[in-house]
Amino acid sequence: MPILEVNNLKKYFPVYKGVFLRPKGFVYAVDDVSFTVKRGETLGLVGESGCGKTTLGRCLTALYDKTDGNVHFCDQDIFSLSPKELKTFRLRVQMIFQDPFESLDARQTVKEILEEKYLIHKKHNRINIDDEIAVLLEKVGLLNADMSKYPHEFSGGQRQRVGIARAISLNPELIVCDEPVSALDVSVQSKILNLLLKLQEEMKLTYVFISHDLAVVKHISDRIAVMYLGKIVELADADSLYDKHLHPYTEALLSAIPIPDPETKKERIILKGEIPSIQNPPKGCRFHTRCRYSTDICRKEEPVLLINNREKEHYVACHQYG
Amino acid sequence: MDDQVLLNVKDVSVAFNTEAGKVHAVDHVRFELKKGIILGLVGESGCGKSVTALSVMRLLPKPSGQIINGSIIFNNENILNFSPEKMTRIRGKKISMIFQEPMTALNPVHSIGKQIKEVYTLHFSEMNLKQIKQASVEMLAKVEIADPEKVLKLYPHQLSGGMRQRVMIAMALASRPEILIADEPTTALDVTVQAQILSLIKELQNSFSMSVILITHDLGVIAENCDEAVVMYAGRVVEKACVKELFKNPLHPYTKGLLNSIPSLERKGKSKRKTQLPTIKGQVPSLENMPKGCRFNPRCPVKTAICESHVPHEQKYSLNHSVACHFVNNREGNNAYS
Ligand SMILES: Nc1ncnc2c1ncn2[C@@H]1O[C@H](COP(=O)(O)OP(=O)(O)O)[C@@H](O)[C@H]1O
Ligand SMILES: Nc1ncnc2c1ncn2[C@@H]1O[C@H](COP(=O)(O)OP(=O)(O)O)[C@@H](O)[C@H]1O
Ligand SMILES: [Mg+2]
Ligand SMILES: [Mg+2]
Repeated sequence: MPILEVNNLKKYFPVYKGVFLRPKGFVYAVDDVSFTVKRGETLGLVGESGCGKTTLGRCLTALYDKTDGNVHFCDQDIFSLSPKELKTFRLRVQMIFQDPFESLDARQTVKEILEEKYLIHKKHNRINIDDEIAVLLEKVGLLNADMSKYPHEFSGGQRQRVGIARAISLNPELIVCDEPVSALDVSVQSKILNLLLKLQEEMKLTYVFISHDLAVVKHISDRIAVMYLGKIVELADADSLYDKHLHPYTEALLSAIPIPDPETKKERIILKGEIPSIQNPPKGCRFHTRCRYSTDICRKEEPVLLINNREKEHYVACHQYG
Repeated sequence: MDDQVLLNVKDVSVAFNTEAGKVHAVDHVRFELKKGIILGLVGESGCGKSVTALSVMRLLPKPSGQIINGSIIFNNENILNFSPEKMTRIRGKKISMIFQEPMTALNPVHSIGKQIKEVYTLHFSEMNLKQIKQASVEMLAKVEIADPEKVLKLYPHQLSGGMRQRVMIAMALASRPEILIADEPTTALDVTVQAQILSLIKELQNSFSMSVILITHDLGVIAENCDEAVVMYAGRVVEKACVKELFKNPLHPYTKGLLNSIPSLERKGKSKRKTQLPTIKGQVPSLENMPKGCRFNPRCPVKTAICESHVPHEQKYSLNHSVACHFVNNREGNNAYS
């Protein structure tokens, strides 16, 4: 049984106009998305800014309500939980953000930030909390002495460690990581990635890992979904996605990544034009306006995400593959 | 002086007066920009890339920032001796700069057309309005903006990030400069847009036969776009080489550490998926607490006693490769360590 099952999920944001705030249309941030996440794996979610990654992540953690479709976490519909069930859900599913500063209260010490969780969920009495926090800090590579510090006293990498400590403090099962290393320098990034990998192994965590950096996603993920304008266009295991990718957008995205090796020769596909507006996505295949293989059918009919290779669980939404 | 060298940055040091006292952000930085090449300036945030670039432009924040040492020779003259008036005639005309966030450099209340016009009136007083309009349209077409006439009438906020950066490039190149300094021009952009902008810069570098200093923190961008590269760490240059050589045979322990810690997209790459990546221990030092000797020494896997006491000087390792490291320098011509 998958830990997470997403079926035809839609999340639209209404756009209002004028002083009377008349509805003008919608931002189709997540538009009919289906996939599953297996227990213990990392599902990578890549795509360029504005394609709906964060919105999808926030739906998966029930921070946003859905517009349509459903999400099941361990067979439970997360959008129709009772308040009590929601509280348990919030223990089991956590989120890590790009800017830990934004998600950390600047006026609280690390200890206060971390103990809040234990107090809210009343799992421990006060005496144990200090010990718990000490263990927790060690787990994420911080010192006992860091307990009394404030977020601004830390570097970006250390702050992300605090964010991670908070997310794992109550032994969650699933963590949605939204661009957790995107703001970090490479030498810091590698340490945080190592930490996430170590914790996954130790705590049997499942990750949904959102990033616009395909090299990072490849390194940490078992399977990867590629998003374009609110849709998943391709989903495959990490190696297949890089070696045997099928969707023209995946192809262009991969070819655009600068490789730190001047000896690597590759075909560079420069996409023409700009990303269309997500409020007014192109008819038919949303990528057809920039696709070098597009034909008549691409302008008319929207391709659905279909399985292309069953053994490899490789899915693609493109008319080329029928 | 080698007449292939257009710009020679010689031992430039920059200090800032801060509340915590005087800090040395850039220390004896030296490199040469040859004619017609793209030189990459690479290093992690805070290592002094922007401060170095701003020194060349003489745009350091006043009065806190000061060049306290060195010279910057451009066409056989020391930029640092220029009067403010002379510098105004050089800046934006002979040497232009573009930034990571074009919004900060563009004026939000003026149309694109008006802002490009200002560049022409400043540097080409002989041009009349009709000529300026025509030149502006041509310049926007050169940066591959599809409908230049229309874009001239638009305001910065009406453009996407990629379009704004194209407009910035058009404005920077309108005066046909000899040098373009591009400070993280694609860092705020998505990869596919980054690819468009970098390929544009390369094309224009060629057709305008100018030299470019491309500042980035992304070693991939260096590998794919630059001819030569300068690696900086904590305000100093640690390694310089032609790009092929730098990636094939990195010498400085910092350069090596950096290259190793990047997750690899290529199968043949070193990093295996879902395994621990190599890391550089410790953290970048703060300006107030710079280590003595080699600034990398507390993090260095091969440091010895001399590294804690003596600043390593830049030494030529081979024709196109130099490095500032006691360990490498003490083993002349022998890079047996790794
Ligand atoms: N709360 C919101 N209200 C209205 N529009 C939103 C909201 N959150 C995101 N959007 C819009 O939805 C689209 C997808 O955004 P997001 O999910 O943040 O993309 P990503 O994380 O891939 O960059 C964007 O056009 C964004 O402007
Ligand atoms: N105006 C300033 N006042 C004080 N310190 C500064 C100022 N500008 C830059 N610095 C410091 O100088 C160092 C180099 O900065 P910078 O050149 O911007 O780094 P980079 O561009 O490589 O990220 C940093 O430590 C930074 O904090
Ligand atoms: Mg996002
Ligand atoms: Mg900078």
